[in-house]
Amino acid sequence: MKIVTVCGMGFGTSLMVKMTIDDILNEVGFNAEVEASDIGSITGRVADLFVTSTEMQNQFSGIESDVIFLKNMTDKQEIREKLLTYLNHKAKR
Amino acid sequence: MGEDEGPVLQDLLHEQSIKVVHRCSNWEEVVKIAGEMLLREGAVEEQYITAMTQVIKEHGPYVVITPGIALVHARPEDGVQEVCMSLLVCREGVSFGNTEKDPVHLIFAFGAVDDNQHLKALSQLMTLLNDEACIHKLRSSSSVAEVLAVLRECVN
Repeated sequence: MKIVTVCGMGFGTSLMVKMTIDDILNEVGFNAEVEASDIGSITGRVADLFVTSTEMQNQFSGIESDVIFLKNMTDKQEIREKLLTYLNHKAKR
Repeated sequence: MGEDEGPVLQDLLHEQSIKVVHRCSNWEEVVKIAGEMLLREGAVEEQYITAMTQVIKEHGPYVVITPGIALVHARPEDGVQEVCMSLLVCREGVSFGNTEKDPVHLIFAFGAVDDNQHLKALSQLMTLLNDEACIHKLRSSSSVAEVLAVLRECVN
Protein backbone atom coordinates (compact mmCIF):
# COMPACT_ATOMS: atom_id res chain seq x y z
CA MET A 1 0.00 0.00 0.00
CA LYS A 2 1.15 3.51 -0.72
CA ILE A 3 0.15 6.36 1.58
CA VAL A 4 0.85 10.01 0.76
CA THR A 5 0.53 12.71 3.43
CA VAL A 6 -0.21 16.16 2.08
CA CYS A 7 0.24 19.72 3.33
CA GLY A 8 0.80 23.05 1.60
CA MET A 9 4.47 22.56 0.82
CA GLY A 10 5.39 19.05 1.82
CA PHE A 11 8.09 20.18 4.26
CA GLY A 12 6.34 20.61 7.58
CA THR A 13 3.04 19.18 8.70
CA SER A 14 2.95 16.44 6.08
CA LEU A 15 6.33 15.18 7.34
CA MET A 16 5.08 15.22 10.93
CA VAL A 17 2.02 13.18 9.87
CA LYS A 18 4.25 10.84 7.84
CA MET A 19 6.50 10.13 10.83
CA THR A 20 3.47 9.51 13.04
CA ILE A 21 1.98 7.10 10.49
CA ASP A 22 5.34 5.32 10.15
CA ASP A 23 5.38 4.79 13.92
CA ILE A 24 1.80 3.49 14.01
CA LEU A 25 2.35 1.10 11.08
CA ASN A 26 5.55 -0.12 12.67
CA GLU A 27 3.77 -0.77 15.91
CA VAL A 28 0.86 -2.70 14.38
CA GLY A 29 3.13 -4.47 11.90
CA PHE A 30 1.53 -3.17 8.74
CA ASN A 31 3.70 -2.70 5.70
CA ALA A 32 3.18 0.44 3.62
CA GLU A 33 5.22 3.04 1.85
CA VAL A 34 4.57 6.50 3.29
CA GLU A 35 5.60 9.70 1.54
CA ALA A 36 5.02 13.40 2.18
CA SER A 37 3.88 15.70 -0.60
CA ASP A 38 2.84 19.27 -1.26
CA ILE A 39 -0.70 20.01 -2.34
CA GLY A 40 0.51 21.31 -5.71
CA SER A 41 1.78 17.92 -6.84
CA ILE A 42 -1.05 15.57 -5.86
CA THR A 43 -2.77 15.57 -9.23
CA GLY A 44 -1.55 12.53 -11.10
CA ARG A 45 0.23 11.22 -8.03
CA VAL A 46 -0.39 7.52 -7.49
CA ALA A 47 -1.45 6.58 -3.98
CA ASP A 48 -3.89 4.19 -2.35
CA LEU A 49 -4.51 6.64 0.42
CA PHE A 50 -3.98 10.36 0.94
CA VAL A 51 -3.90 11.81 4.44
CA THR A 52 -4.42 15.56 4.69
CA SER A 53 -6.18 18.37 6.51
CA THR A 54 -9.94 19.05 6.32
CA GLU A 55 -8.94 22.52 5.15
CA MET A 56 -7.61 20.98 1.93
CA GLN A 57 -10.89 19.20 1.20
CA ASN A 58 -11.81 21.28 -1.87
CA GLN A 59 -8.54 20.45 -3.54
CA PHE A 60 -9.27 16.73 -3.31
CA SER A 61 -12.61 16.85 -5.11
CA GLY A 62 -11.27 15.21 -8.28
CA ILE A 63 -9.12 12.62 -6.53
CA GLU A 64 -10.27 9.02 -6.85
CA SER A 65 -8.00 7.46 -4.22
CA ASP A 66 -9.17 7.13 -0.63
CA VAL A 67 -8.58 10.23 1.50
CA ILE A 68 -8.44 10.66 5.26
CA PHE A 69 -9.16 14.23 6.32
CA LEU A 70 -7.73 15.29 9.67
CA LYS A 71 -9.18 18.09 11.76
CA ASN A 72 -5.84 18.50 13.54
CA MET A 73 -2.81 17.45 11.54
CA THR A 74 -0.71 17.18 14.69
CA ASP A 75 -3.15 15.19 16.81
CA LYS A 76 -1.52 11.77 17.09
CA GLN A 77 -4.70 10.31 18.57
CA GLU A 78 -6.84 11.46 15.65
CA ILE A 79 -4.29 10.14 13.14
CA ARG A 80 -4.18 6.79 14.91
CA GLU A 81 -7.96 6.37 15.18
CA LYS A 82 -8.70 7.36 11.60
CA LEU A 83 -5.82 5.35 10.13
CA LEU A 84 -6.60 2.16 12.06
CA THR A 85 -10.33 2.46 11.29
CA TYR A 86 -9.44 2.81 7.62
CA LEU A 87 -7.05 -0.16 7.61
CA ASN A 88 -9.55 -2.39 9.45
CA HIS A 89 -12.28 -1.43 7.05
CA LYS A 90 -9.99 -2.03 4.10
CA ALA A 91 -9.04 -5.48 5.41
CA LYS A 92 -12.70 -6.51 5.60
CA ARG A 93 -13.53 -5.43 2.07
CA MET B 1 14.94 6.99 7.11
CA GLY B 2 17.21 9.73 8.38
CA GLU B 3 15.14 10.76 11.36
CA ASP B 4 18.17 10.62 13.61
CA GLU B 5 20.06 13.12 11.54
CA GLY B 6 20.01 16.85 11.92
CA PRO B 7 19.70 19.13 14.91
CA VAL B 8 17.44 18.41 17.86
CA LEU B 9 14.73 20.87 18.85
CA GLN B 10 16.81 22.44 21.58
CA ASP B 11 19.70 23.13 19.22
CA LEU B 12 17.25 25.28 17.29
CA LEU B 13 15.14 26.85 20.04
CA HIS B 14 17.39 28.87 22.34
CA GLU B 15 17.57 32.31 23.91
CA GLN B 16 18.00 34.11 20.59
CA SER B 17 15.28 32.25 18.74
CA ILE B 18 12.50 32.59 21.31
CA LYS B 19 10.48 35.70 22.04
CA VAL B 20 7.54 36.42 24.31
CA VAL B 21 5.31 39.39 23.47
CA HIS B 22 2.16 40.55 25.16
CA ARG B 23 0.18 41.78 22.20
CA CYS B 24 0.47 41.26 18.44
CA SER B 25 -1.52 43.39 16.02
CA ASN B 26 -1.92 40.88 13.17
CA TRP B 27 -0.50 37.69 11.68
CA GLU B 28 1.76 39.59 9.27
CA GLU B 29 3.53 41.18 12.22
CA VAL B 30 3.83 37.84 13.96
CA VAL B 31 5.42 36.17 10.94
CA LYS B 32 7.82 39.10 10.62
CA ILE B 33 8.94 38.90 14.26
CA ALA B 34 9.38 35.11 14.06
CA GLY B 35 11.22 35.45 10.74
CA GLU B 36 13.52 38.21 11.96
CA MET B 37 14.86 35.95 14.69
CA LEU B 38 15.94 33.49 11.97
CA LEU B 39 17.35 36.33 9.89
CA ARG B 40 19.43 37.68 12.79
CA GLU B 41 20.97 34.23 13.23
CA GLY B 42 21.99 34.29 9.60
CA ALA B 43 19.97 31.14 9.05
CA VAL B 44 17.72 32.65 6.38
CA GLU B 45 17.88 35.52 3.93
CA GLU B 46 15.51 38.45 4.16
CA GLN B 47 13.40 37.18 1.25
CA TYR B 48 12.47 34.14 3.34
CA ILE B 49 10.25 36.29 5.56
CA THR B 50 8.39 37.60 2.50
CA ALA B 51 8.09 34.03 1.22
CA MET B 52 6.56 32.80 4.50
CA THR B 53 4.02 35.64 4.35
CA GLN B 54 3.25 34.81 0.72
CA VAL B 55 2.65 31.15 1.55
CA ILE B 56 -0.02 32.11 4.08
CA LYS B 57 -1.66 34.47 1.61
CA GLU B 58 -1.69 31.72 -1.02
CA HIS B 59 -2.61 28.69 1.03
CA GLY B 60 -4.73 30.35 3.68
CA PRO B 61 -4.96 29.79 7.39
CA TYR B 62 -4.18 26.07 7.33
CA VAL B 63 -0.83 27.03 8.90
CA VAL B 64 -2.79 26.99 12.14
CA ILE B 65 -2.16 23.28 12.50
CA THR B 66 -3.94 22.75 15.79
CA PRO B 67 -6.00 25.16 17.92
CA GLY B 68 -3.83 28.06 19.06
CA ILE B 69 -0.67 26.96 17.27
CA ALA B 70 0.73 28.00 13.90
CA LEU B 71 3.62 26.45 11.99
CA VAL B 72 4.94 28.85 9.39
CA HIS B 73 7.62 28.23 6.81
CA ALA B 74 8.47 28.52 3.13
CA ARG B 75 10.65 26.39 0.86
CA PRO B 76 14.38 25.67 1.13
CA GLU B 77 14.97 27.54 -2.14
CA ASP B 78 13.33 30.68 -0.70
CA GLY B 79 16.59 31.52 1.04
CA VAL B 80 17.42 29.07 3.82
CA GLN B 81 21.11 28.80 4.80
CA GLU B 82 20.72 26.22 7.54
CA VAL B 83 18.02 24.32 9.42
CA CYS B 84 16.47 26.77 11.85
CA MET B 85 13.42 27.38 14.02
CA SER B 86 12.03 30.19 16.12
CA LEU B 87 9.19 30.39 18.61
CA LEU B 88 7.06 33.43 19.29
CA VAL B 89 4.69 33.38 22.23
CA CYS B 90 1.92 35.89 21.79
CA ARG B 91 0.22 36.18 25.16
CA GLU B 92 -3.01 37.78 23.99
CA GLY B 93 -3.30 35.66 20.87
CA VAL B 94 -3.56 36.73 17.25
CA SER B 95 -5.94 35.84 14.44
CA PHE B 96 -4.72 33.99 11.36
CA GLY B 97 -8.21 33.97 9.87
CA ASN B 98 -8.86 30.38 10.91
CA THR B 99 -12.32 30.44 12.49
CA GLU B 100 -11.94 27.08 14.21
CA LYS B 101 -8.38 27.35 15.50
CA ASP B 102 -7.83 31.04 16.27
CA PRO B 103 -6.62 32.78 18.36
CA VAL B 104 -3.02 31.68 17.92
CA HIS B 105 -0.71 31.92 20.92
CA LEU B 106 2.30 29.91 19.78
CA ILE B 107 3.98 30.55 16.45
CA PHE B 108 6.74 28.22 15.32
CA ALA B 109 8.65 29.40 12.23
CA PHE B 110 11.20 27.17 10.60
CA GLY B 111 13.50 26.84 7.65
CA ALA B 112 14.39 23.53 6.03
CA VAL B 113 17.33 22.89 3.71
CA ASP B 114 15.96 19.62 2.35
CA ASP B 115 13.29 17.12 3.34
CA ASN B 116 15.51 15.33 5.79
CA GLN B 117 17.70 17.42 8.08
CA HIS B 118 14.86 18.97 10.07
CA LEU B 119 13.07 15.66 10.69
CA LYS B 120 14.44 15.04 14.15
CA ALA B 121 13.34 18.49 15.34
CA LEU B 122 9.92 18.14 13.66
CA SER B 123 9.39 14.79 15.29
CA GLN B 124 10.19 16.28 18.71
CA LEU B 125 7.87 19.20 17.96
CA MET B 126 5.08 16.76 17.07
CA THR B 127 5.49 15.03 20.43
CA LEU B 128 5.53 18.39 22.23
CA LEU B 129 2.34 19.50 20.47
CA ASN B 130 0.59 16.37 21.74
CA ASP B 131 1.45 17.16 25.36
CA GLU B 132 -1.40 19.37 26.57
CA ALA B 133 0.18 20.26 29.89
CA CYS B 134 3.40 21.42 28.22
CA ILE B 135 1.53 23.43 25.60
CA HIS B 136 -0.46 25.12 28.34
CA LYS B 137 2.76 25.99 30.15
CA LEU B 138 4.33 27.36 26.96
CA ARG B 139 1.28 29.51 26.25
CA SER B 140 1.31 30.99 29.71
CA SER B 141 5.04 31.67 29.83
CA SER B 142 5.83 35.32 30.42
CA SER B 143 9.55 35.29 29.67
CA VAL B 144 12.08 33.58 27.41
CA ALA B 145 13.61 31.99 30.51
CA GLU B 146 10.25 30.43 31.35
CA VAL B 147 9.85 29.11 27.82
CA LEU B 148 13.32 27.58 27.97
CA ALA B 149 12.51 25.95 31.30
CA VAL B 150 9.33 24.40 29.84
CA LEU B 151 11.30 23.12 26.84
CA ARG B 152 13.92 21.61 29.13
CA GLU B 153 11.19 19.88 31.09
CA CYS B 154 9.08 18.75 28.14
CA VAL B 155 11.46 17.95 25.29
CA ASN B 156 13.80 15.02 25.47
